[in-house]
Amino acid sequence: MKKWMLGAALCAISSMAAADVKVGMITTLSGGGAGLGIDVRDGFLLALEQAGRDDIEMVIEDDERAPDAAVRIADRMIQSERVDIMTGIIWSNLAMAVVPGAVAQGVFYLSPNAGPSQLAGQGCHENYFNVAWQNDNLHEAAGAWANETGYSNSFILAPNYPAGQDALTGYKRMYEGDLAGEIYTDLGQTDYAAEIAQIRASGADSVFFFLPGGMGISFLKQYADSGVELPVIGPAFSFDQGILQAVGDAALGVVNTSQWSKDIENETNAAFVESFEAEYGRLPSLYASQGFDTANLLISALDVADPSEDPDAFREALRAANFDSTRGDFAFGPNHHPVQDIYAREVIQEDDVFTNRIIGTALEDHADAYAAECQM
Amino acid sequence: MSTILVIEQVINGLQFGVMLFLMAAGLTLIFGVMGLINLAHGSLYMIGAFAAAWVAGLTGSFLLALVAAMAAAALAGALVEMVVIRRLYAADHLDQVLATFALILIFSEGTRWVFGSFPLYLDIPEALSGTVTLPGGIAYPLYRLVLIGIGLTVGLALWALIERTRIGMQIRAGRDDREMIAALGVDISRLYTGIFALGALLAGLAGALVGAIQSVQVGMGEPVLILAFVVIVIGGIGSIKGAFIGALLVGLTDTLGGIFLPEIFKLFTDASTATQAGSALASMAIYILMSLVLIWRPTGLFGRAA
Repeated sequence: MKKWMLGAALCAISSMAAADVKVGMITTLSGGGAGLGIDVRDGFLLALEQAGRDDIEMVIEDDERAPDAAVRIADRMIQSERVDIMTGIIWSNLAMAVVPGAVAQGVFYLSPNAGPSQLAGQGCHENYFNVAWQNDNLHEAAGAWANETGYSNSFILAPNYPAGQDALTGYKRMYEGDLAGEIYTDLGQTDYAAEIAQIRASGADSVFFFLPGGMGISFLKQYADSGVELPVIGPAFSFDQGILQAVGDAALGVVNTSQWSKDIENETNAAFVESFEAEYGRLPSLYASQGFDTANLLISALDVADPSEDPDAFREALRAANFDSTRGDFAFGPNHHPVQDIYAREVIQEDDVFTNRIIGTALEDHADAYAAECQM
Repeated sequence: MSTILVIEQVINGLQFGVMLFLMAAGLTLIFGVMGLINLAHGSLYMIGAFAAAWVAGLTGSFLLALVAAMAAAALAGALVEMVVIRRLYAADHLDQVLATFALILIFSEGTRWVFGSFPLYLDIPEALSGTVTLPGGIAYPLYRLVLIGIGLTVGLALWALIERTRIGMQIRAGRDDREMIAALGVDISRLYTGIFALGALLAGLAGALVGAIQSVQVGMGEPVLILAFVVIVIGGIGSIKGAFIGALLVGLTDTLGGIFLPEIFKLFTDASTATQAGSALASMAIYILMSLVLIWRPTGLFGRAA
């Protein structure tokens, strides 16, 4: 009798647990890169709130942009908190430290940002989905846009670390002209006087740069004050809503490539921009849109199947990507990375706020270059 | 590679050097006179930049912003010295490192709490923007020339303060024999607070000046702090002259190394490998310089034997 009661109690507990889904979010909420993590988190939570889903339990932790901290948090989330799904990581080096271990333990990982090439190619995994982009994508679009604009002698620069090398590789993959110069700067470098002098002396007709966060702010301010007037192109990471205000006038008119913009015309996007601004009092960035899309993808799959009861059906539902994306059309390629349009945007000033406007499509239905290497 | 480009890069190196000097001067005084390793010096630099950005946003005046930056950093420095640092003079260097590292975390999160997670806007004043043409036809940003001027002026003023005034005499005496000057009736704790505030003021000034051409964000001080430590080790701990020479050496090595090493590598390998290998070596250049100086003079260029 006692045994039976215990069994019933266990059944009750496990069915209660099955009704609730636990999502672990590891993201950067403190230090210099906190703006990105906060935007992803806020976008994600906004989608959950709008869907009215109170059966999704969130565990949110700050990784302080440190790989060891991220791994420690991930281990705790998987082994002691028993999360079903993980998400949130911003930086590729942190993703490389956490994701392979997490998906190997049967957890689903939905990336709202980082898309290192290793996880798109040979290291792809059936439980890993990237909702943002593969790292090279926006740089490839910049190269394509440079061709379209007629640039034929670009000067290119990026920090000397894996994502920086991917950036220049991505640009060169699409760009057909010559290179007036190619520079790797230090990661975290804040003074670009030496590089700008080289650009001036190089005879280039355009400049491509990938300098995320504060590096981009420094570069653009110094470039604007240097008297060099060559057109600049870069990925959206140096022109997101969070940092444009800090760059100010120096960014006006600069072309940048992004898979999202606040003026993409569809109902989901318009509603997202409006509700995000109403909720948080600021315009959303591309990171916020990625967080929002990630949450909506998750919700669409949870409506079909429960990840702990039927992971295969849940995976199929994720793969179908049956949700309304802020980007309009959204589909996954065979390696679970997006196949999507990437736009060229221009920095403009609306009233007092600096923001972006789409001026054209750089690449249509673009997939990444690593999909063929992925065996799933 | 034209002569003009080389000259321009030398000026860039000088400008970087004098800004490093503003950081290193405070650090070397505090380390040399009080024997304190202050990791939180970078936070004072950040406080200067944030105070400047905030005041410039309110008033639109860059001059007021600079004054605010110096005042805020000096005030923060004096407060920190009286509340925390004072208890650490007798402590082990490791305890000092631990406590001042804690200060970094407190200042960073405190700043983020007050100003938010997004970088602030601080720009060059209208009057100093744009370029001037130097002899030889080099178009060079006016603001950077002004930075060099300010750095040299501050260096000269510091030298005069240390070598030519009564306070400077006490500072030098404090470095050499603190028991003796205490016995002569100098109020050591007030002197220390003053030195700490002066160092903080210089860091705040550097933060505000540099913040106008870089990004004003949480954590901006730590990369500069590391370079400033390299500078004072090269120059000799406690020596203002050493900090000045060391800062210029580091500034020039870093700037010129970043440009010329990849060019040298291009002579015997393909362009892409050369830029990668060259910039990797360039980022090591200042540390190689430091090791060479230490092999030649173990106490730094102008340091005295312990």
